[in-house]
Amino acid sequence: MTASRRRFLGYVLAAPVLVAAADLVSGESAAAADLTELLDLNDIMTAAALPTSGLISIEVNPDGTVSFALPRAEVGQGITTSTAMLIAEELGVPVRRVRVTLADARPELLFNQLTGASNTTISTFTPIRVAAAVARRRLLDAAATEFRAPVGKLRISDGVVLGPAGQTLDIGKLAEAAASPRTLSVPVELAARENFTVIGKPQNRIDALDAVTGRKKFAMDLAVPDAKPTMLCRPPTINGKVGLVDNLADVLAMPGVTDVVAISTGVAVRAGTFGQCIDAIRALRVTWRAGTVEGKSDATVLKELAAAEIPLGPRPLTPVVEGKFTFHFRSNSAVETNCAIADVRPGRAEIWSALKSPIVAKQTIAAKLGLPVSAVTVHVTEGGGSFGRKLFFDAALEAAEVSQRIGKPVKLMWHRADDSRQGRTHPMATSRVRIAYAGNTVLGFEQRHTSITTDLGHGLGELFTAMAAKLPIGDAAFAQTFFQFSHTSPYRFGVHTRLLAETGKGFNTGSMRNVYSPDTTCARELIVDQVAARMGKDPYRFRRDFLRDERARAVLDRVAQEGGWGRTLPSGVAQGITFHSEYKAVSACLVEIDCRPATVNRPIRDGVGGPRVTRVVFGVDVGLAVNPRGLEAQMMGCVMDGIALALTSSLHLRDGHFLEASWDNYFYTRQWNVPTDLRIIVMPSDSDQPGGAGELGVAASMAAVACAYGRATGAMPTSFPINHGTLSFTPKPTVPPIPASPTDGGTVA
Amino acid sequence: MPEHTFRVNGQRVTVDVADDVRLLWVLRDILGITGPKYGCGISVCRACTSHLNGREITPCAVPVGTLGPDDEVVTIEGLPGTVGQELHPMQQAWLDHDVVQCGYCQPGQIMAAVALVERVAAEGREITDADLDGLRNICRCGTYARIREAIRAASGR
Ligand code: FES
Ligand code: FES
Repeated sequence: MTASRRRFLGYVLAAPVLVAAADLVSGESAAAADLTELLDLNDIMTAAALPTSGLISIEVNPDGTVSFALPRAEVGQGITTSTAMLIAEELGVPVRRVRVTLADARPELLFNQLTGASNTTISTFTPIRVAAAVARRRLLDAAATEFRAPVGKLRISDGVVLGPAGQTLDIGKLAEAAASPRTLSVPVELAARENFTVIGKPQNRIDALDAVTGRKKFAMDLAVPDAKPTMLCRPPTINGKVGLVDNLADVLAMPGVTDVVAISTGVAVRAGTFGQCIDAIRALRVTWRAGTVEGKSDATVLKELAAAEIPLGPRPLTPVVEGKFTFHFRSNSAVETNCAIADVRPGRAEIWSALKSPIVAKQTIAAKLGLPVSAVTVHVTEGGGSFGRKLFFDAALEAAEVSQRIGKPVKLMWHRADDSRQGRTHPMATSRVRIAYAGNTVLGFEQRHTSITTDLGHGLGELFTAMAAKLPIGDAAFAQTFFQFSHTSPYRFGVHTRLLAETGKGFNTGSMRNVYSPDTTCARELIVDQVAARMGKDPYRFRRDFLRDERARAVLDRVAQEGGWGRTLPSGVAQGITFHSEYKAVSACLVEIDCRPATVNRPIRDGVGGPRVTRVVFGVDVGLAVNPRGLEAQMMGCVMDGIALALTSSLHLRDGHFLEASWDNYFYTRQWNVPTDLRIIVMPSDSDQPGGAGELGVAASMAAVACAYGRATGAMPTSFPINHGTLSFTPKPTVPPIPASPTDGGTVA
Repeated sequence: MPEHTFRVNGQRVTVDVADDVRLLWVLRDILGITGPKYGCGISVCRACTSHLNGREITPCAVPVGTLGPDDEVVTIEGLPGTVGQELHPMQQAWLDHDVVQCGYCQPGQIMAAVALVERVAAEGREITDADLDGLRNICRCGTYARIREAIRAASGR
C-alpha cells in the first residue's frame, strides 16, 4: 500500500474555533519505526521524534485565514513556504491564506524542534498534512449540517465549501461551527499524490513581499521596550578572557553609553545607538588573558591533524591511486551577525533570537541564569541566514548574561569583525583517499578524514546519544556515528572503509552547510578522476559505469547532456563532472571553469577574481520536491558555496586568531565570481517521499569546481580553497577589535 | 546635543544626537526605520544601501552631521514612493523572480540595483554582465543569479 492511501489519526482540540492537530506518531515515520532498517540521518532524526513529539496544530480563523506555528527555524531555506503549501493542499485553501509563524521553544517537543540536516520537510511532511486533513474533514462536516446535504456531496476549493445545490460558504464562516468543546481523535486519509494541486508545483515565497519592502522583521528589527543596543569588546585572540578594564569610568561617560560591564566573553557596552557602542568599544582599554588556542596557526594545526590521522590499511599489491587534501578553516558567518534580545528580570527571562535549537538554548540559558526552565521564554525570530551558525545560540547566551548583570533589557549584536574572528568556523580538516584497482575493476576505497573537532553540542549530539543504544552500530563515538550515517557510498568500489578522527579542542566550531560531506566528496571525486585517467576512461563514463543505481545514473546523464560534457573548449578552460548522494537524494554537477590568465588576473577592487566558473549545470533528485522553485533556489545557493569553498573562501589562523574581519577579507562568492550560465535541473520523480535539501548541493558543486580546475590547469589541486596560500588583503588590527566607522558615504563610482 | 533636520522617505525628521553618529543608527535605533540592515558597519557588505538625493549610499558610512534640511534620504521603505506606486518595478521584478531567500541582504540589493539601472540608463546604454559583476552587495544565501535576472528584467521595463 502506498503512503498516499494510508489512514492516519489526527485530533480536533477543545477550542472556540477549529483547531486541528496531529502527532508525529500518527505520521509517515510510524511505519519506519524498525530501527534496524535505518539507512541515513533523516531516518534517525525522524524516528527519534516518534515517542516524544507533542502535537502540532492548525487553527482556522473566522477571517478565513489559517494559522500554524511551525516548530522550526526559518533562516532562508523556505520552510514556511513549503509548510503553507502542505496545509493549502490538504485543506483546500489558497497558499496566501495560510499564515505560518515560528513557534516559541517548546521543551515537550524534545528533539523535534531542531532545524538541521535538511530534515524539516521529511519529518513534518505527514503530520502537518494530517492536521490539515482533519481540519478539512471538520469543515466539511460542519458545512454538511449547514447545507443539510450529505458530506460526500461537498467539497472545498480555494477556501470555500461548495454544496450540491451551488451553496457556498467560506471556511472562515465555519471556524466556530467546526470547533469542538472536547478533544477528539479523527481518522483521515491524505490526498493521493496524483491529485496534488499545490505540492510539487513551483511556488513563490510567502515572505517575499515583506522582505522586498523592508517589512520582514529580524531579531534586531524588533522593538522590545528599553532593549538598547549592546555590543561586546572582544579579545584579540580566540576566546581570550577579560583581565582588567583600565578606563571603565571614562567609557561610561561617553555619549549615549548607559552601561559598561565585563562578562565571560568580553566587555559589554550598552548605549543609545550601535554607533555609540562601536565608539565606546574602540575607546576601551582592556588587558586580556590568554585564549584557548594561543599561539596556534594554520601550520601548527596541520601538524596536529597529521598526528591524529588514522593510518590507511596495508597497501594492497594491486595498483592504487592515493591523495591527501587539506581544507582550511571557513567561516559560517551569515550576513545577519550573531544577535539576540534579552530581558532578564528577577525570577524570569525572555529571549528573542533566530534559533535552530531553541529547546537546548532555553535549557542552557535557564541554567546560566539560575532560573527554572519554565521561567525562560524563548521566541524564535526569522533568521538572516544560518549555514550552521544558528544551531548555536552564542549571542542569546551573552545577551542573557549581560541583561542579568545590569538588570536591563539588551539588544545585543556582534560586530562583523567579531562574527568573523570569534564566531564559529567550519574546522580545518584533511582527507586521505586511496582507491585500489586492477584492470578495469575497482577493488577498494579507503578514506581517512581528520578534522579539528566539530562542536555538535546543539541538540544533534543529544539526539544521537539518546538513540545510541538503539543504533545498529554499537557504541561508537557520536561523531563517528554521524560521519558514517551521513556518508553513503554511491559507487561500486569494492570494499569501503571510511574513518573519521577528530582532534584539538578550543576552537569555536560548527557545521557549515553540512558537516563533512563537501570536503569528503571533493577529495573522493578528485581521486575518482585520477582512477578514471589511469584506466583511460572518460570521467563521466567512468562514474556512470560504477554508480550503483538508475536514479544516480539518470541525474548524471542529465547534467552531462544539458551541460555539453566533452565539448571543445579553449586551452585553460575545462569541465568537471561529479556525483554526490545524501539525505535520500542524488545530485550531479557539471562545471566549466576559465583559468586563462586574462580571466584569473582581471582586476577586482578589494576582492579576489581568480579562475571564473562560467557554467554550472546542477541536477538533483530529492524524491518529491514539495516546492521545486524553492529547491532550485537552495541549489543555487549551494553552488555559490561550492564555488567559494573550492576557490576563494577561508580563514587564515595566525597566532591564535583569525585574520579575516570583513566580507572584503573573507571571500565568499560575490557577483564577479558568479557563473553567467547557471542551470538547476530538478529531476522528475514519482516518489511519495519528500526530500530536504538545504545543504545537499554544496558537495557536488565544490567537487566539480575542483575537478574542473585540476583539468584546466593540468594539476590536481590538493589544498582548499586554492587561493589560501596568497593573502589577498591587509589584515585589520585586533586591538581595538573592531574597525572605525568610515565617513565617505559609500557612494559608488 | 545637536539637532539634525533632514528628510527621510518624503518626511521631514529632526533627531537629537551627536554629529558623528552614522546615519544607519539614526535610521534604525532612533527613527525605527529598520529596512536598511547592518552587515558590517564599514561600507563593505552594502546591506544598508539606501539613496541620498538619488545617489546610492551606505548609511553606515554617513555621519548624520553631514545632512542638511534639503537632503532627502530614501530607504527601502520609501522606494515605492519615488515612483508613486505600491511597489517599485525593481521590487516587482524581485517578486516575479522569487529572488529572496533569508531576505536579510535584499533591501540593500534592491536599492543598489535601482541605482545601477538608473546610472546605466543615464549613460544611455544597456546593462551588461560587467555592470552586474560590479555589484558589491554580498548575499550569503547565494541569490546572485536570480538578482541578475531580476535586474535585467526590471531594466528592460
Ligand atoms: S552595514 Fe553598511 S555596508 Fe555593511
Ligand atoms: S537572501 Fe540571505 S543574505 Fe541574501
